[in-house]
Amino acid sequence: MNGRNESCRVTEGGGGCFMEGRVGESEQIRFILIQNRAGKTRLAKWYMQFDDDEKQKLIEEVHAVVTVRDAKHTNFVEFRNFKIIYRRYAGLYFCICVDVNDNNLAYLEAIHNFVEVLNEYFHNVCELDLVFNFYKVYTVVDEMFLAGEIRETSQTKVLKQLLMLQSLE
Amino acid sequence: MLSTNGSRGGAGTHAWCGISSRSVEGVGCGDPRGQRMVVPSLKLQDLIEEIRGAKTQAQEREVIQKECAHIRASFRDGDPLHRHRQLAKLLYVHMLGYPAHFGQMECLKLIASPRFTDKRVGYLGAMLLLDERQDAHLLITNSIKNDLSQGIQAVQGLALCTLSTMGSAEMCRDLATEVEKLLLQPSSYVRKKAVLTAVHMIRKVPELSNIFLPPCAQLLHERHHGILLGTITLITELCERSPAALKHFRKVVPQLVKILRTLVTTGYSTEHSISGVSDPFLQVRILRLLRILGRNHEESSETMNDLLAQVATNTDTSRNAGSAVLFETVLTIMDIRSAPGLRVLAVNILGRFLLNNDKNIRYVALTSLLRMVQSDHSAVQRHRPTVVECLREPDASLSRRALELSLALVNSSNVRAMTQELQSFLESCPPDLRADCASGILLAAERFAPTKRWHIDTILRVLTTAGIYVRDDAVANLTQLIGGAQELHAYSVRRLYSALAEDISQQPLVQVAAWCIGEYGDLLLEGSCEETEPLQVEEEEVLALLEKVLQSHMSQPATRGYALTALMKLSTRLRGDSNRIRQVVSIYGSCLDVELQQRAVEYNTLFQKYDHMRAAILEKMPLVERGGSQVDGEAKESKEAQLSETALVSTEPQASKLLDLLDLLDGTSGDAQPPPPLDPSPGGALVHLLDLPGAPPPPPSIPNLRVFEREGLQLNLSFVRPSGTPALLLIMVTATNTSGADVTHFICQAAVPKSFQLQLQAPSGDTLPAQGGLPVTQLLRILNPNKAPLRLKLRLTYNHFGQSVQEIFEVNNLPVETWQ
Repeated sequence: MNGRNESCRVTEGGGGCFMEGRVGESEQIRFILIQNRAGKTRLAKWYMQFDDDEKQKLIEEVHAVVTVRDAKHTNFVEFRNFKIIYRRYAGLYFCICVDVNDNNLAYLEAIHNFVEVLNEYFHNVCELDLVFNFYKVYTVVDEMFLAGEIRETSQTKVLKQLLMLQSLE
Repeated sequence: MLSTNGSRGGAGTHAWCGISSRSVEGVGCGDPRGQRMVVPSLKLQDLIEEIRGAKTQAQEREVIQKECAHIRASFRDGDPLHRHRQLAKLLYVHMLGYPAHFGQMECLKLIASPRFTDKRVGYLGAMLLLDERQDAHLLITNSIKNDLSQGIQAVQGLALCTLSTMGSAEMCRDLATEVEKLLLQPSSYVRKKAVLTAVHMIRKVPELSNIFLPPCAQLLHERHHGILLGTITLITELCERSPAALKHFRKVVPQLVKILRTLVTTGYSTEHSISGVSDPFLQVRILRLLRILGRNHEESSETMNDLLAQVATNTDTSRNAGSAVLFETVLTIMDIRSAPGLRVLAVNILGRFLLNNDKNIRYVALTSLLRMVQSDHSAVQRHRPTVVECLREPDASLSRRALELSLALVNSSNVRAMTQELQSFLESCPPDLRADCASGILLAAERFAPTKRWHIDTILRVLTTAGIYVRDDAVANLTQLIGGAQELHAYSVRRLYSALAEDISQQPLVQVAAWCIGEYGDLLLEGSCEETEPLQVEEEEVLALLEKVLQSHMSQPATRGYALTALMKLSTRLRGDSNRIRQVVSIYGSCLDVELQQRAVEYNTLFQKYDHMRAAILEKMPLVERGGSQVDGEAKESKEAQLSETALVSTEPQASKLLDLLDLLDGTSGDAQPPPPLDPSPGGALVHLLDLPGAPPPPPSIPNLRVFEREGLQLNLSFVRPSGTPALLLIMVTATNTSGADVTHFICQAAVPKSFQLQLQAPSGDTLPAQGGLPVTQLLRILNPNKAPLRLKLRLTYNHFGQSVQEIFEVNNLPVETWQ
């Protein structure tokens, strides 16, 4: 990715381990990433605790895994003890990392739902919209996903709420 | 829709957060006096443009560092009016990967500010920059508390969102009652967020379930989809954490059934419809909750039966949304105590999925069929042709699953056809699947061979196609097999001779052929055998071939050993003069390879001093008693191409007895050679090939665990609890390398909690050759006198692809049988 990589090392955060999952832990979204083909992050929403360099490493790994796949591959990739559901829209990869037992097809739908909301909100969204309004993109994510779960599924409702928030500026 | 080169949206981008609005005070960059008053501060937009304008990494860094200096100065000087703008810039820079912790305190200040603009940036900053590991995060608790109770929806929403993203256990405890109050507030916007925040809190602090359980009943009556969705999630979470909650919520199964039924037939609202399916996400969630509630519970399962059938038949699957719902339905049907007819319906749905054009759908179908091939074998069998079709998929993850499933579906009636398919797959499949395919075919042949001759043919074909990928004991098995089939000796030796004459590079094939020729050379020269074409072979040709094998640089030492011994045996079998053989043997008396040299010297002596005993010693071998453990234990999913048995020999004999799980033959020899560990698929299913009616049930075993995978290097754990010592747990760590480069200096260390005692025995080696070479094994002995829950952390250091790698990780999903 960027020259910012360190040689592969895993740090231990205070008490936490890499991708630690307790036995019997619930099934939820672990993180959501939007990256472009070059590997630049346009959005990173984490629903699990990671150190900064762990996050960086994860971003690089996801990028490596996802960009080598093309149309003849499925939209699902096994990744560590989890799996990534992703879809490519133009030059952007939208990735959701979920548990192995989650319903792949449903999350694929969720990605598409999310992208359609972005499209509506930014009026034919393009990558630059996401760059210059990164803050707003986080708001959209937070309206549709919360605590690692899908929160609001109706595009109409989400857009209404977004406009309401915008009017408070 | 999305294009990378479009221009930014027009007005929309500027009516934003006050950050890009109006004036920038500031004289331009670089006030030389550096004094407080006029700090040049870029608009966020300008900063972004500047960063994007940087042509090189170094330039970008420069721009950012300069700006960070400004931001830091501005924070220090405490300008409240533009603090949010500074923080926003800092957050952008953080997203690009630069450090930003000096902004943490500013987040706090912004959150505490009354202005919405400030709060918004502040909370976002808190979510991005603060987490449980920083002590500072507790300081926002108070602000959140205030914001939660002051009644402006948007602000409450922000607070809840932040709490649910980065709320630590302490924070959750402090704020639980606040969140509970919000659950029953009139505003649906806030309630939606509150419910999911409750989910997060329960995950962090399970005791809080007590607070959040009571409101659920009322929340279930909501018509608002968002709240309903959150409530179902909350109930799911509660049920998964506590069996008491699970029992409590079984009462609501009828209500859930009603909600789902209404959704499917009429729907609460059209604005939740996606591709014609009304709120598929809610449907999926309800189905999952039903699954949890109905598992192992007759009554609940019965209540759901009709509904599930209805959903399964009425959902429109022309688009992905419908398929998602249908898939979840199938999963639910399989998991609860459903009527048999329903189960068949589910399997058929999966079969239909397999024919779908969308490869995603085929993927989920294959994965699920794999999970249920044991429990619903005959139903899955019906779809065998489709599964075999999927072997031809270009996507490796699909073909791999198809392979696993195909191997699981082989039985005595379809073994010939299936083997045919699998053989052709073996010829063209990607290298990493070859080992599995080869061992799978061999195992299937072993179990279901209709005739011995077919069996030999099959093994021969596998050896010629994928010889380097078969396991070590395939050679032993084949020789055993041939040895036992007396009527086929002539046939075997001819076929093997022809194969060997064509190609002497595939080591297992060469070894078997050499052995065979040595044993049955007389039959080879006799001339006629009805089952093959007539083959005229001269003695000289045979000897020449064996010599060629001996001398070839492609032959491994073991192969050479076989060839030399075969030559020696031929000295008694052939009618002609044994001078040529004698010559070869004496040459090798000074060979550099110690093993070969020793043999040659011994054989030499046999020619000279002990010639009178030669014929007796070199007689035909009696049939070797097979240790039944070897092949039976070979799981088709074993990723190790060649298992290093020697490393395991030193383990306790008790351990090996327990590992002889799938021993079909009684009276296993006291051979302390345990079968290789079984590798569970990611879905967690252990596929027992030998789980047929009539086969003795295997003793309970602890499933193996794949704990690590990186660039072709894999680490598997297999567990044994010897019956004599309940406190002892033996873990065999096996490392395999299927990548193209060697792994060297491999060291594995382990750590366990204090109450355990850990002893690591010496590893079998520290190098893993590339392309599925010999694995490295290491035995861990763990004493757990207190029967405490086992936790295991592993640290690996090694060199791979020219880089030194260190990995530290905790082993997840340790089966409870390892410590209970």
